[in-house]
Formats: sequence, structure tokens, C-alpha cells
Amino acid sequence: MSGGAVLILGARSDIGLAIAQAFAAEGHAIQLAARDPDTLEAARNDLALRHGVDVSLHAFDALDYDSHEAFLDALPVLPEIAVCTVGFMGEQTESETDMNAARLVMRSNFEGPASILGLIANRFEARGNGIIVGISSVAGDRGRATNYVYGSAKAGFTAWLAGLRNRLAGSGVHVLTVKPGFVATAMTEGMDLPERLTAQPQAVGRAVLRAVNARRNVIYVKPVWWLVMLVIRSIPEAIFKKMRI
Amino acid sequence: MKLSGWGRYPVADCALSAPRDDAALAALLAEGTPLIARGNGRAYGDSALNRQRTVSTRHFNRMLDFDTKTGVLTAEAGVLLGDVIAAFLPHGWFPAVTPGTRFVSLGGMAAANVHGKNHHLDGGFRNFVDWVEVMGEDGTVTRASRDENPDLFDWTLGGMGLTGVILRLAMRLRRVETGWIRQRAIAAPDLSAAMAAFEAGHDAPYSVAWIDCLSSGARLGRSVVMLGEHAPLDHLPTRFRRLPYGPPPKRGRSMPFNAPGFALNRWTVSAFNALYYRMGARKAGTTYVPWDSYFYPLDSVLGWNRIYGRRGFIQFQCVLPEGAAREGLTALLKTIAAAGQGSFLAVLKKMGADGGRFSFPMPGYTLALDFPVTDKVLTLMDELDRITLDHEGRFYLAKDARLRPETLHTADPRAGEFASMRRQTGAAPAFASLQSERLGL
Repeated sequence: MSGGAVLILGARSDIGLAIAQAFAAEGHAIQLAARDPDTLEAARNDLALRHGVDVSLHAFDALDYDSHEAFLDALPVLPEIAVCTVGFMGEQTESETDMNAARLVMRSNFEGPASILGLIANRFEARGNGIIVGISSVAGDRGRATNYVYGSAKAGFTAWLAGLRNRLAGSGVHVLTVKPGFVATAMTEGMDLPERLTAQPQAVGRAVLRAVNARRNVIYVKPVWWLVMLVIRSIPEAIFKKMRI
Repeated sequence: MKLSGWGRYPVADCALSAPRDDAALAALLAEGTPLIARGNGRAYGDSALNRQRTVSTRHFNRMLDFDTKTGVLTAEAGVLLGDVIAAFLPHGWFPAVTPGTRFVSLGGMAAANVHGKNHHLDGGFRNFVDWVEVMGEDGTVTRASRDENPDLFDWTLGGMGLTGVILRLAMRLRRVETGWIRQRAIAAPDLSAAMAAFEAGHDAPYSVAWIDCLSSGARLGRSVVMLGEHAPLDHLPTRFRRLPYGPPPKRGRSMPFNAPGFALNRWTVSAFNALYYRMGARKAGTTYVPWDSYFYPLDSVLGWNRIYGRRGFIQFQCVLPEGAAREGLTALLKTIAAAGQGSFLAVLKKMGADGGRFSFPMPGYTLALDFPVTDKVLTLMDELDRITLDHEGRFYLAKDARLRPETLHTADPRAGEFASMRRQTGAAPAFASLQSERLGL
């Protein structure tokens, strides 16, 4: 019952771990990659005990671009599926006044993920198969005053994934873009999120598994977000710029 | 956030926190607000409610180690029993003790020292826990076992989370060849016949009886007694051998709304009971049943607690010592039948001895019933309490939502010892639930 290996980049995140659980339950070996892999010991044991799959831990720093080739070389096997859940929201107000803070948000959500996934895409293309999953955000669908630094980086990542999908169509490599909407995670803890629009990390895990199996291109985890973002995108700029949402 | 136990009574507005690790929990304790840990909310009453601070263990949900030689599983307290079964039954392991739902957390099982259908032979969950790790009021974590900090171990197993927050534990699973239970059902026309069936079936690893609480007179206590054992592979009918660990549990239907208050009444429940008894009598004899429908018949109806409607329901569960059981059960059943308050699911079970300083079980018979919450029922409960006291019985705190403190302390002098232990160790100001406040624990 063993499927190909699934690499989770940014595996300490709630979404990353939930995706790992969903694929492990289907018999996939799991590679967990994060900055301090030692902190993932318990998660590794849990995945292995629950699902009887091989789980390995790997040190990975999304912002240390020069290390990315070596990181891939050191993996026990080039994975069948690579999932990037790397991301960092930061504080919008801080990003407005401190360019270093803004750059960290931009690099964490766009440059870092694009760097590692770009290298993986080339290796997948050479092999002739593979699936790349990028966790982007609805925040990238339109810039808003409350989080446009984060949103713009996610917008870049979304466009990057779309272009990659376009480039690799017909090569045997598939690219899935995931826009989770609100998710109850460590990142959003303490925020007052509307219940109907908020998904649990486990639901994101299951949605990603389904979307991979169905070779979907772009998904919103809760379908209602498609409608919400359609409305938000259709508001004319002259009106939108005066709104506070 | 509005929270309740599984009985949906009482409901309290509780500040709920969900720390992600030991350090975050220690930081909450350092603030000095008394708190209670909450697993999956399967205690029926107010055991896991605290308005000022209720601490969910849902992030402590990882399995940490399994020894394939001894069957010892080390896991965090928020792991659900059902996940343990899903992970290990396919490899031939089953929990040594299981309550009537698999949706309990391991921490909750330890806190209540839960019992199962094998209690008459094996005792409670405590007997299969090698150690627990408990965070005390100062944030330090202590490992407690029979050898190491045995007092803490003895008070914690059955201590309803009031000795500290149970973080991790090691529990022993048992080897099974199949996931099927060989069940023998015995229709018992009255209480004497039911008790005789328990005595005759004492060697059966599992035993439990469904009891009809509305029948009276010559039929008082009529029951279907179900004895069971794990079926060895070569006993299994050939058609089941292909799937020795049974089909995976049914995902289940859920109860989509609260049933209207009139749905369960004397007549519907007594019609159900009559039907159930007749079916039990007809099916009497040996059958093979998958583990999930044997141990967890109600788990397949997710949210079955809504069947009692908006006001919720309360459980009554007592244990009566062997010598007084027959007389006491007769008195309890007469009172219940006379009140005409239908209990949808009433369970009778013979219990054995148990350990620990504040555990519920003792050798004798336990009776568990549930009732919709009404003023009449609350009066009936006081009456049942009195009968239990008269027969030197005890009450199960995991089911309780309304016991009076003087009743508990009269029934069980250990309650006072428990409370003074908590004052001495410093646990009292740090760990409290609505239940512990109500009962003066």
C-alpha cells in the first residue's frame, strides 16, 4: 500500500502536518523538511505509528537559496509529490515602516518557495513526472490595505505557479495551486475569524489529497471562497480603494 | 465559548485555551487562574468545564512510541482511543480496557479511570497504564507510576484531572487474533435471571446487560445479557476470515438536529424496549460481531446525544457492593419504573475490584441510565441517590452533572481525603472544574 514519497516543505506548520497526515494515511512515505527538524521528532513518530509509513526529517531553510540544490541532493529519494507550505504573514503595519520586515515577508512567501520549487520542477521535468503543490493564499487575489505586503508576495507566488503549470503542461509534471482561505492554525490563533469561512487544517489536508488525485489546477479549500473572491475581485478600483475590508 | 459535556447539561460559558506544548501550558498555569483540562468532551456532565479557563488537549495528539514486543503505547493525552484502534488493530492489538465510546481521549480515560465490559476480570484502565506524566501547579512535569511517585499515580487515575494536567501516558494493548467478538446473548426475564447469567458467565472476558427499566412486577429487571470474547482466527466462520480485523468502522449517520422533547416518552421507550428484548431473545445464542458494533454501538450515530433534545440529558451511574446489590437494584428499578421516566439505554454490569485512591469501581453491580433533563427527573435522581446511599453504593463522576456534595461525601469518605490531599499538594487552587467546585473536591 505504499505510494511515492511526499515532501513537505515547511513541515512545522499546521497545514503542512495535516497534509502529511492525509497522504500518510494513503500509504505515502513522508519527507518532513523544516528549519529545526529536531522539533519534528514527535510528529515523525506519530505519522509512522498511525500509518505504518517511512518518515524522514530534513533540515531546510527556505531563505537560504544557496543550500537548496544540496538539500535536494541529500533527500533519500526525489519525491513523487512536493508540497510547499512555507509562508510568513508578518505584521502589516511593521512591513509599512520597516523595509527589512517587509522583505522578510516577500522572501518567505515568494522568493523562497519559488527558489526551491523551481529546482524541484526542473528535476521533475527531467524525470518526466511529479506533482508540485503550492500553498498560496486568497490574500493574493487582490491587494488590500490590511495585508498587502503579504498579499502581494502571495500574488507573485500564485502567478509564478500559474506560469510553471503552463510551462510544464504536457511534460508529465502537474502543478496545483491551493488557496486555503482562513484556516485555524498557529498563524491565525487569537484572530477573530468567521466560522463559516474558516477551515480546520485537517480539512486542508483532505482537500489537497483530493485535488492531487483529481489533478485539479487551482482550488479554494472552502468552495465559498471562490465566490467571496470573485466578488472582491469584481469591485471597481474607484470604489474598492475607499473600502475597508 | 459555550461548552458542555456529552450530556449537553449543564452548558457553561468557558474561556477555552488550546496550548501547543508544555511550555505554553506552563505559562497558562503561571497566570494563576484555576483551570481544568478537557480532552474530547465525552464526560457527560461538568467534569471538564471551568468558566475561567478550560484547557483543550487537542494539540497534544501525537503517538510517540510503540513497543511491538510488549504492546506498550506511549502517547500524548489528547490522542483518541479510536485512533489507537485504527492504528494498531490491523497489526493485532486492541485496547486492554475500553469504555462504551471510542471517541474518548487517553487523558480522559486515565482521569476517569474508565472501565469496560471486562472489568469483572481485568479491572479498570489503571491496571493497564504503566505511567502518566502530569504537569503540576508550578509547571513542572512529574512521571508517576506504581514505583515512581506512586501516590500521585494512585490519585491521578480516577482523579478527574484534579491532580494536574495529564500530558502523556504509557498504556498496554492486548494481542488479539481478530477484530471479531464471539457473542453469546442470554435473554433474562427478570433481575434474578440477569444476575444469575452474570455469575454463570463470570469467566467470559466481556459481559454486559442491556436492561429494561420500564418493565415492572414479575418482569422487573428483564435484560439481555451479552457475553463476549475476542474470536480466535480459527473459530471465525470462513466468510469472515478474509477480513480478520473486521470491516473499518462505519462512518456513521449523524443526528442532524435536536429531537423534539416529545420524541422520547414512556410509550416510545417502552415500545423500543419490548422490541429490543424480543429481538434479543430471538437472537439468543452465539453470533460473531465486529468489534465496533460490539463495543461502540452508539458511535455509529454521531451526535446521538441530541436525541434527548435541546435541554440535554443526564446520566445516573452507581455501583452497589455485592452483598447489597440484589436488594439495591430492585429498589432502584422499582423506583425508576414507577416514575415512568424512560431511559433509552440502561446498562447493568458486574464489576470486580479496582485500585487507586479515588477510583469508582468496586466488586458488585453497576447500573447506568440516562434521562432527559426535566424537573421530574432531577427529583427522581435525588431518590436514586438516596437508595444508592442506603445500599452503600458509590457514584461515577465521569457521568455526574448534579450530585449533591453531602451525598458524595457520605457515600465515599475517600472524597474528603482527596480534597485534603489537593489542599496539601497545592493542586486545589490550580485545578478546578465546575464539578469539583460543586462537590467540594
